[in-house]
Amino acid sequence: MDLNLIPNEQQFRDEFRAWLKTNVPEEWKGGTSAEDRDDYIEYLRDWQRKLYEGGWAGISWPKEYCGRGASLMEQAIFQEELARANAPQLIGTIGLSLVGPTIIAMGTEAQKSRYLAPILSGEEIWCQGFSEPNAGSDLASLGTKAARDGDDFRINGQKIWTSFAQMADWCLLLVRTDSQAPKHKGITCLLADMRSEGVSVRPLRQMSGDSGFNEVFFSNVRVPVTQVLGEVNEGWTTAITALMNERANLGTGIQVVFKRNLEALIARSRTVERNGRPASEDPIVRQKLAQAYLELEILRLNTNRALTSLSKTGIPGPEGSTQKLYWSEMNQRTQQTAQEILGPYGQLKDFDNGIWEYAYLRARGNTIEAGTSEIQRNIIAERVLGLPKSY
Amino acid sequence: MDFDLSKPQKLLKHSAREFFARECKLDRVRELMETDTAHDDKLWQSIADQGWTGLVVPEEHGGLGLGLVELAVVAEEMGRACLPGAFLSTLTAAALVERAGSVAQRAKYLEPIAAGELKATVAFLEEGASWEVDEIKLKATREGGNFQLSGRKLFVPDAGIADLLICVARDGDGLALLPVERGAEGLSIKAMPSMDGTRKLHEVAFESVMVAEADVFGADGDARGALRGALEVGCVALCAEMVGGMQWVLETTVEYAKTRQQFGRAIGSFQAVQHQCADMLLMTESARSATYYAAWALTEGDPSASVAVSIAKAYCSDAYREVGNRGIQVHGGIGFTWEHDLQLYYKRSKSSETLFGDATFHRERIARIIVDGNAVARERAEQAEALAGQLQAAETDAAADVTANATASE
Repeated sequence: MDLNLIPNEQQFRDEFRAWLKTNVPEEWKGGTSAEDRDDYIEYLRDWQRKLYEGGWAGISWPKEYCGRGASLMEQAIFQEELARANAPQLIGTIGLSLVGPTIIAMGTEAQKSRYLAPILSGEEIWCQGFSEPNAGSDLASLGTKAARDGDDFRINGQKIWTSFAQMADWCLLLVRTDSQAPKHKGITCLLADMRSEGVSVRPLRQMSGDSGFNEVFFSNVRVPVTQVLGEVNEGWTTAITALMNERANLGTGIQVVFKRNLEALIARSRTVERNGRPASEDPIVRQKLAQAYLELEILRLNTNRALTSLSKTGIPGPEGSTQKLYWSEMNQRTQQTAQEILGPYGQLKDFDNGIWEYAYLRARGNTIEAGTSEIQRNIIAERVLGLPKSY
Repeated sequence: MDFDLSKPQKLLKHSAREFFARECKLDRVRELMETDTAHDDKLWQSIADQGWTGLVVPEEHGGLGLGLVELAVVAEEMGRACLPGAFLSTLTAAALVERAGSVAQRAKYLEPIAAGELKATVAFLEEGASWEVDEIKLKATREGGNFQLSGRKLFVPDAGIADLLICVARDGDGLALLPVERGAEGLSIKAMPSMDGTRKLHEVAFESVMVAEADVFGADGDARGALRGALEVGCVALCAEMVGGMQWVLETTVEYAKTRQQFGRAIGSFQAVQHQCADMLLMTESARSATYYAAWALTEGDPSASVAVSIAKAYCSDAYREVGNRGIQVHGGIGFTWEHDLQLYYKRSKSSETLFGDATFHRERIARIIVDGNAVARERAEQAEALAGQLQAAETDAAADVTANATASE
């Protein structure tokens, strides 16, 4: 057991940290919200192009596909450094972390040469058409239909909770190609052009006020059969590959965001009052801050253990479920602690720029998005503990 | 970075597990709980023969000179076996001797401890039952080259079997660490029967007990620092024990859930039961991460070591109790019986919870560092405050990452 970074990892971190220092856009560092810009999407594309040109896009991809062949630990360091530098988000994150690796694993040579380079450069943005109104936790019951029509599939149906759909050029789309087969056996994965006729996107406004998700409607959308990723009716395998490829994301970036948030809360606790004294002197507040701190530190440690184990086995397992379950519930507890410490100030939209009001509401979604806590517990029970299937 | 046991550490774990499965079966644990001392000479000697009574004792004093990660590995297996007796007490006392003792004192006590010939304990708590050093009231008064001790210590673990008792007393503004050997004049020891029979507690009364000034530990050094260091070692070993206990409860419960049938199927196929088990796993693994990190940080002398120890103890204190609660709940009625071994672990979790300070105590210790902090920490926090305005954007990024990380289910 040695928890120090090895020289390679250290070097990787120093190099990327130095690169970020000179390359994260100044006006972004100043705290202006890029979302207010008219050229928001272009701005983010430029940022990704900058990363690409610096050799920092798709670091986990093999070198033959212009990646860096970064180790799992380096991928974690990459996420941490991005978050630490408070860099703009990666607009192409779904392409980089999910679609690209899946095309590398399962795509034809033609697909690889057509799609991989624009993913890295940010030229083409991807979204992921998986969830449907009636297929959430039970994803395999999805019903968007693809009927064979000459050299095309004709797609009809609806996807939901689709991040980036409003700006995406392409969609990794799961459709049903055989409605007679058992539910896992009739699914096909397509590379669908979002500019096709019959695709419409409607943003969904969340309780926190922002619109991170969309509904996507497909009405007689034609997708050529050459656009199948993997095999027809074997789309479930492709989907699992895609999801498992997200292995670097064990909560490595989000921890840094949480840490900054907690540090801000601790600083705030010194200025807001409780019983005429700084809240930071109140024994109950101190207990709660310490609890939030220790839970966050344990998240970091659990992540490092999961990374170690993944690095050794090379097989992404259910570690992601344990991590996701832990951080999502932790963040809800911590945001409640923030609300208790700040009292009515915590609900104000112009106190600290409204971050506490926003964070509290945003945290509510954490235990639902990306697999509910219930689903995560099912996965842990069945795949880690070996308990009998419940459904 | 490698957050996994090394090959030799894994071998050690394996041999410790086999050793305790063979030498310390739960039937034997129950028998020992019924005794006054929970001590078994033969078992103690076998543990010493493995080298474990001197596991962290430096080689020059006859120990193995290993680090705290190795200690945690063995302690975890002790906790899994619910090992009764004075191992933890002796370990803590040895850590104190190592830190506060002169060369001669270290030789005098550490060698027999490593050889399994001497058992020891630290007498700390008093009426206030506080692990805060500043709340120690018992005074050691100087009198012609001697310290004189009069008063009481409470909740002293294993005092009934210890050959050496190190009494933490007040010497003016400072601390005095006084070795009192078994049978010393004026020393009397009375059992304090308590919930957990594997760890016997005692009231220790000192009636004009005399200790030569020359014999006192750490007289010319930092007695307070030595005491804190020794308690941290004890704390890490205790946390590792607790992790081992949690692991036993988890495995036993999952096994039961797989075999116990109701409504014509294994109860482990019900999500209400599955979710209890999933939570037990999460708590056990989180406790393990915190504990092994603390062991590593303390061995390395990492600046975060003290916080890491308190994080581990605060988390383990809550988690072991809660893992026990869930485990018993899944077992139903049988889990509440005397006959089932769960009760041994449940009681052990309660005594472990308070030993060396409970979660509330350690959270306050964390708060003193992260809330009150030092100048550096304060400066970092102020930077964080300056960053607060940018957080909203960062949160949105994080949310997008999360969405990208969708998890499917079959």
